Amino acid sequence: MTHRTEIRFLLNGTDVTVADVPADRTLLDFLRLEKRLTGTKEGCAEGDCGACTVLVGRLQDGVLKYETVNACIRFLASLNSCHVVTIEHLRGEAGKLHPIQQAIVDFHGSQCGFCTPGFVMSLYALWMENPTPSETEVETAIQGNLCRCTGYQPIVAAAMAANEYGTPANDFLTLEREEISQRLKALIDDQRIVTGPEDNQAIIPANVHDFADALLSHPQATIVAGATDVGLWVTKFMRPIGPAIFINHLNDLKSIRVTDAALTIGAGVTYSEAQGAIIEAFPHLEAYWDRIAGQQVRNMGTIGGNIANGSPIGDTPPVLIALGATITLRKGKDQRSLPLQDFFIEYGKQDRAPGEFVESINIPLPKSGQLDAAYKISKRRDEDISSVAAGFSVRVQNGIMTDCRIAFGGMAGTPQRAAGAEAALEGQPFGEAAFLAAGKALETDFTPLTDWRASAEYRSRVARNLMRRFFLSQTDTTGEPVELLSA
Amino acid sequence: MKHDKIQETHQSISGGVHTNRRHDSAEKHVTGRADYCDDIAEPYGTLHAYLGVSTIAHGLIRGIDFSKVLAAPGVVGVLTAEDVPGSNDLSPTGLKDEPVFPTEKTEFHGQPLFAVVAETRDAARRAAELAKIDYEELPHALDPIEATEARYPFVTAPLKLERGDTGKAFADAENRIKGQLAIGGQDHMYLEGHIAFALPGEDDDVVVHSSTQHPSEAQHMVAHVLGVPSNAVTVNVRRMGGGFGGKESQMNLFCAVAAIAAKKWNRPVKIRPDRDQDMTATGKRHDFVVDYDVAFDNDGRIQAVDGTFAARCGYSSDLSGPVTDRALFHADNAYYYPNVLLRSRPMKTNTVSNTAFRGFGGPQGVVAAERMIEEIAYALGKDPLEVRKANFYGDRTDGRNLTPYHQEVEDNILHRLVGELESNADYQARRQAILDHNRQSSVIKKGIALTPLKFGISFTATWYNQAGSLIHIYNDGSIHLNHGGTEMGQGLNTKVAQVVADTLQVDFERIKITKTTTEKVPNTSATAASSGSDLNGMAALNAAEQLKERLVSFAAEAFDVAPEAVIFRNNMVQVGQDVISFDDLVRKAYMARVHLSAAGFYKTPKIHWDRAAGKGRPFYYYAYGAACSEVSVDTLTGEYRIDQTDILHDVGRSLNPILDKGQVEGAFIQGMGWLTTEELWWDKAGRLRTHAPSTYKIPLASDRPRKFDVRLAEWSENKERTIKRSKAVGEPPFMLGISVFEALSMAVASVADYRECPRLDAPATPERVLMAVERLREGG
Repeated sequence: MTHRTEIRFLLNGTDVTVADVPADRTLLDFLRLEKRLTGTKEGCAEGDCGACTVLVGRLQDGVLKYETVNACIRFLASLNSCHVVTIEHLRGEAGKLHPIQQAIVDFHGSQCGFCTPGFVMSLYALWMENPTPSETEVETAIQGNLCRCTGYQPIVAAAMAANEYGTPANDFLTLEREEISQRLKALIDDQRIVTGPEDNQAIIPANVHDFADALLSHPQATIVAGATDVGLWVTKFMRPIGPAIFINHLNDLKSIRVTDAALTIGAGVTYSEAQGAIIEAFPHLEAYWDRIAGQQVRNMGTIGGNIANGSPIGDTPPVLIALGATITLRKGKDQRSLPLQDFFIEYGKQDRAPGEFVESINIPLPKSGQLDAAYKISKRRDEDISSVAAGFSVRVQNGIMTDCRIAFGGMAGTPQRAAGAEAALEGQPFGEAAFLAAGKALETDFTPLTDWRASAEYRSRVARNLMRRFFLSQTDTTGEPVELLSA
Repeated sequence: MKHDKIQETHQSISGGVHTNRRHDSAEKHVTGRADYCDDIAEPYGTLHAYLGVSTIAHGLIRGIDFSKVLAAPGVVGVLTAEDVPGSNDLSPTGLKDEPVFPTEKTEFHGQPLFAVVAETRDAARRAAELAKIDYEELPHALDPIEATEARYPFVTAPLKLERGDTGKAFADAENRIKGQLAIGGQDHMYLEGHIAFALPGEDDDVVVHSSTQHPSEAQHMVAHVLGVPSNAVTVNVRRMGGGFGGKESQMNLFCAVAAIAAKKWNRPVKIRPDRDQDMTATGKRHDFVVDYDVAFDNDGRIQAVDGTFAARCGYSSDLSGPVTDRALFHADNAYYYPNVLLRSRPMKTNTVSNTAFRGFGGPQGVVAAERMIEEIAYALGKDPLEVRKANFYGDRTDGRNLTPYHQEVEDNILHRLVGELESNADYQARRQAILDHNRQSSVIKKGIALTPLKFGISFTATWYNQAGSLIHIYNDGSIHLNHGGTEMGQGLNTKVAQVVADTLQVDFERIKITKTTTEKVPNTSATAASSGSDLNGMAALNAAEQLKERLVSFAAEAFDVAPEAVIFRNNMVQVGQDVISFDDLVRKAYMARVHLSAAGFYKTPKIHWDRAAGKGRPFYYYAYGAACSEVSVDTLTGEYRIDQTDILHDVGRSLNPILDKGQVEGAFIQGMGWLTTEELWWDKAGRLRTHAPSTYKIPLASDRPRKFDVRLAEWSENKERTIKRSKAVGEPPFMLGISVFEALSMAVASVADYRECPRLDAPATPERVLMAVERLREGG
């Protein structure tokens, strides 16, 4: 098969061709070390501080869309046919500062200034989409940006006033949109790209079938979708990842389909891309979804990756298991489906054969009488990894509970259903007694571990109390709130 | 929430004192053009160093096999203790307990044992993992309690503060409570980590660029380890991406390693640890375990306090002596203790050596004081604010103004400040509403607390209270300003330039602010202890006044007028009846051979301290503040939210109110983080497991109070003759975060009808809050 050996993308205003791109080369190192674009900073190299935030623009179904990403864990090889916009490219009209920049200056939103370029980029992306955001929307947009000096107050104030400094209609990226789209289109061809040294090779398949073929011939390859986990293998653990197959650009894996019975999401759909459809179908996930990582990671990370990496503390598996999700795996041309819960065999081991990949996730839509809830408990409310995550789903018909599915993350080596608790509810009248019994049953369902996120004792108590929270939240007799809201 | 844009106020010149001048680098910050150390262009041939660290907490080093390291691609060599040409010692207090690299044993997990030098940072970092270290493990002690049990020594001499007769007071006490409080440490989590970049020069010379709060000490340390005089070493810092105390002594290691390698290979050498190594290999805020014993009367007035403050100092002394001292200095917070005995226990532990962090031990002392207030309030069934007020310092007339270290409180504004906040924040009505709410609500409980603050300003090491500056006026009238302070975001350079602009009555824009360098101002003190503007502002004022005096006497002579008839105003100089521009005057002065460069100097008056006696006046003055916070707690999970915070803070007559407000807001959030979500967690092997932002959680924008009102006490003026009667602002407001901790405590206490002090340890993570709730619900 013919393939090319270099990647091509736009960096600010310049066409860039890079040959021999190692699989583990990060965008941040490329920017800082090779291009000396030093406005983008390294704060943590794990996608948690946002100092390296840049925009990546990409054509999807012919539409150019810009999103914030963490350059520290974004691989250079994943940027073929993209437009990378760094802080150096921002500008206002007639040589002035960009409206976002001027607002931050005027509101005294920088102190040491090291986090500032990242905040500018995050707020720039927000302003392009939503020039008059609410305070909560600003907070959500900068969940992935840490500032240690200001306490955030002036940054939030600047974001809310930014539209008084200029509107997106006059923004340079808006004005150049057509031109950039044309330039990006010119970069797209239907070739596989194979680049980098033999032992650190990056494979960028042309389409999903090419991906399936590539994985068959390289069954031990690292599959890189959003890189929000694999990125850390490189930056934190210095693990070799080559050969790596990059799939974040595969539109075939980005489909979102709704039928009368189910929502089907391609494995390459990011948290951000899925958000609208997820909330439409499962309103109980609205607040939960905003608490998955920070905005940059939601823009990069995929639901398929969150499942495929097998982590016991991923945010989506418990809630998807509770909803009765199934996944489709593919190897070459062969597909098979299985309940999501069965994918997780034990810690570090999933039901995925060499050469096989997760292709899609199928989530049944709620049935009549179905009560759903999703809870995440973490040390910090936003942009944290859960100590305990839980999905609840029960169907109440004529006062009797059936189809009880309760799944927890953080309570065992895998995301797991609470068999004893489910049994304590199944067939019982919806009432406090059944939930008390279910809470009690959790003691035998799980033996959680103690680590830096939470002690075993806390995890057990919280899990039990979440059972009560679920009951109270579905009863609502007093009108008294039973959980804290974000705003 | 208020989002009004704050306008800069203009007097005659732009950027004079007491105006809202923006940070001088603001435009560079937002455009990414502000250069930090890692942004400096590297000369051809630059090498990179990376530290290899210990993988055990305590043990003898039998040997290190570097063969795989040296065979790794790109590696140029390794540095060990044997490569240190001068003294293998970095201890900032001269106790010789902190080697660059240890020779015989490792004393904490993550201790730097060697450095790898390679052509790229990536190569050095990868190779540093390849050393085979042969250890003989020894038992380790990780915290002050384990260390006490294992009979570990103090890392430095403890302090005792004593006044009155505690023995008699406890014997006569109407009420007495003993308790123990554990207070966690804190990582600085400056966004820019440690870094040093050394360029070798001729002879013994080396120039080091670093991100340091203390360039002079870095200079002296580099000279010390190279075995060369200080005049061979230059240390430069343009700005830091945050410091917070973490770069007061902790960058010495990086400067030393870079400089040693640069001289050894005669090539530029940069060293930048990754975030994990930065957090595991460098010190943090000290954790404390405080044992307290408090006697009080039935009105809640304290009669006696006995407190022991044991700190996790880590393996070496570093700054633990002055840090634990300052904990004792602030164990009274705002309260008069008629009889008092306070002792520090600076414990050696097998953990990283803890260091300076905003407040420098003071916050831990204040938390202990507030815990005793809480204990008294719950024991007597009173509002803690009532107990606080009953114990406030008085003045000379009532004799309740003597601190445990025998300094008189002469500038007390606690009553007015707290009274104003109590009324502005509508404390009493809101507290009542919360008590009512808590009776009705079973799951969500609320709490409110108004906590005061008094914080002593000056380095307790008296000789540190000095500063220098250097100002040149070039013959085109442009001004070059340099001083010994360092810029880490606090706006020090802006404030000092405002002082110069005001003195010479020229626009701020005329003044070029330049990097801090040991070449221009020697023997400087750390930019720490909130002292930056107090010291360097005065030193710059001194230099500017010298120049002004020379210009005045020149003008008086040249124009034949009395010196009083020469007046500087709005970029002009009035000379008798004539008005000439500042530029013209400077040009004329140059032509007349007037010296247009001046070095300024300042030393803080009045202060003295006798540590052995525990008596003196360590502080020039006090800064005050108060905060009122309201929280909601989910008693099923321990999660919480800060609903509202109102702050009234004292900065005297502010040099720059908007920058000071930024300091207050930022410090509050940082203090809140310390006491809520920021948790340092070591495993049994002594390995810190919360070592990057993925595991160590500092506050986010969404953690801010839902309503947040911060005001400066505009009526306040420093009673002492500080720079323009302003007060220090860096550290004091950090302790306003304690209001959140106290409010959480009240919400927890509500589940047992406020009959019992919940005795929350810090940080009050959701886990600690839930466990306290369940403990109280289950009956203690």
